[in-house]
Amino acid sequence: MNTFKVLNPGVMSLLQDSGRFGQHNIGLTVGGPMDPFAFNWANRLCQNDDNATVIETTIGGLQLEAMNDTQIAVTGALTQVMVNNQEQAMWQTVTIKAGDKIKLGFASQGARVYFAVAGGFNVEPQFGSTATVVREGIGGLTGAASAGKGLAKLDVLKTHKVGTVSVLAMPRVAIPNYDLECVLHTVLGYQEASFSRVDKASFFSSEYTVSERADRMGYRMLGAQVRSSTTAMLSEGICHGAIQVPADGQPIVLLNDRQTIGGYPKLGSVMARDTAKLAQLTQGKRLRFEPITIEDAHGMNQIERYKESQIQLLKVV
Amino acid sequence: MKTVTTPQVSAQMLSHLRLKVAGEQAFILYFAEHTDAEVAAQIQAATQALVELVGTTLIDLVPSYASLLIVFDDNQLEFYQARKLVLDRIRQAAMQAQAEQADAGKQIILPVYYDSESGPDLDDLARDKGLTTAEIIKLHHQQEYRVYAIGFAPGFAYLGELDERLAAPRLATPRKAVPKGAVAIADRQTAVYPSVSPGGWNLIGMCPVPMFDATKTPSMPMTTGDRIKFEAISKADFIAMGGEL
Repeated sequence: MNTFKVLNPGVMSLLQDSGRFGQHNIGLTVGGPMDPFAFNWANRLCQNDDNATVIETTIGGLQLEAMNDTQIAVTGALTQVMVNNQEQAMWQTVTIKAGDKIKLGFASQGARVYFAVAGGFNVEPQFGSTATVVREGIGGLTGAASAGKGLAKLDVLKTHKVGTVSVLAMPRVAIPNYDLECVLHTVLGYQEASFSRVDKASFFSSEYTVSERADRMGYRMLGAQVRSSTTAMLSEGICHGAIQVPADGQPIVLLNDRQTIGGYPKLGSVMARDTAKLAQLTQGKRLRFEPITIEDAHGMNQIERYKESQIQLLKVV
Repeated sequence: MKTVTTPQVSAQMLSHLRLKVAGEQAFILYFAEHTDAEVAAQIQAATQALVELVGTTLIDLVPSYASLLIVFDDNQLEFYQARKLVLDRIRQAAMQAQAEQADAGKQIILPVYYDSESGPDLDDLARDKGLTTAEIIKLHHQQEYRVYAIGFAPGFAYLGELDERLAAPRLATPRKAVPKGAVAIADRQTAVYPSVSPGGWNLIGMCPVPMFDATKTPSMPMTTGDRIKFEAISKADFIAMGGEL
């Protein structure tokens, strides 16, 4: 079913499912939503499968025209959502009629907005996923002109056919505040031993700023320098959230579109729960790192998963 | 010297394995400090042993030069469970490979005349080890060895692993000329010198079978992976078989 026509793709709008897994051995990265929390709830508000394809739009500016009746939900960075010039709530199912014009403003808090549609976008998966990775030219809309690219003006977006879904809303208390202090819990690992105790202490007690080099591949930080005594190492697998430290001593947190293999020393990795928060930060935002053991990280994940499972969407009448 | 490798996980490799946490749901196995064809083959084999778990409890695998990154699902496994699962799988593959290898390769019997006359270090070795010469001889020929590598000189086959009780350091001063056919031990290896050459291994006997003949095809009676058994023979048999003292 043709559901939307793209009037304006905004700064960057990418089709994303939950990511491309199990393909690292051929060098393909994961892709997928930078903020899985907002992604998951966008799909839940549309009563979609967990892995349904949505649009991740960075900063904002996306404009669509509905070609059929449908329902949507917009989550993530705080953004004005206009339907035919009428403001609509974020974190809520919104009913759309054919011909409606949907316009997202620019994020005033956070950086990534998730636009889900009932049934999910109908996109042909590549290597088991629809996730768009621009660097690889893989995922998203298929066809020579569109494959692996962001949405473009006049693209037509199909959705899977689905009946009318309930209009739901996220309870206000469960909606994240992207302006809160950002603490990145870090599991030490990899070449941790090659960093001095002084440098590690400085790393965990300093404040860092998001540099202008922050994208889906990784976020480069500005702040206290850390140095590894490792100068030459064999390239090895890089996991999500890995903190890579090049010779200039400015750490880079590697994210969804990271290269799968690299040869810079790594201090450890930021928990995925926190990289979701990091991904909502824009240039100049401040953050700090805090060490956590892998066991405590799992404990925290269990608790947070339980808390998330207790969130009950409200039925809007 | 280069060994011929097949993509199998070896038990030997497992003792060098180092594990490091990489992140909340990833750890990395380092197979060696360097990389070469053998290390690469072992990483490939370990990856093969784990690949069927990808999509279930494991999320992804990233084999590289000397390491294998393992990404697991922390919603299904705690770290210690993931670590155990992965190491058990790799150990299992190593044992299987070893069992398959035990049947592979041809068995070659090499006759040896063990004596102080043919093995000038036999008496010293017995004294150092607190064994009789008869016990040394028995320990040397009662087991089967595998050809681990061929090198040093044409036809020189490194055989292992020697019984721990016979493990002996190389001579402080190497001999200028070790005779052709000398059966020698060093550390936990044993070998037959294919030709006269300098050498620092401990000599315990002589083998009358030529180890290398460039005019023949194959030029050596053995190849890497073959199984070798020594057999004690008398001086008369040694001479009858063409041996020279």
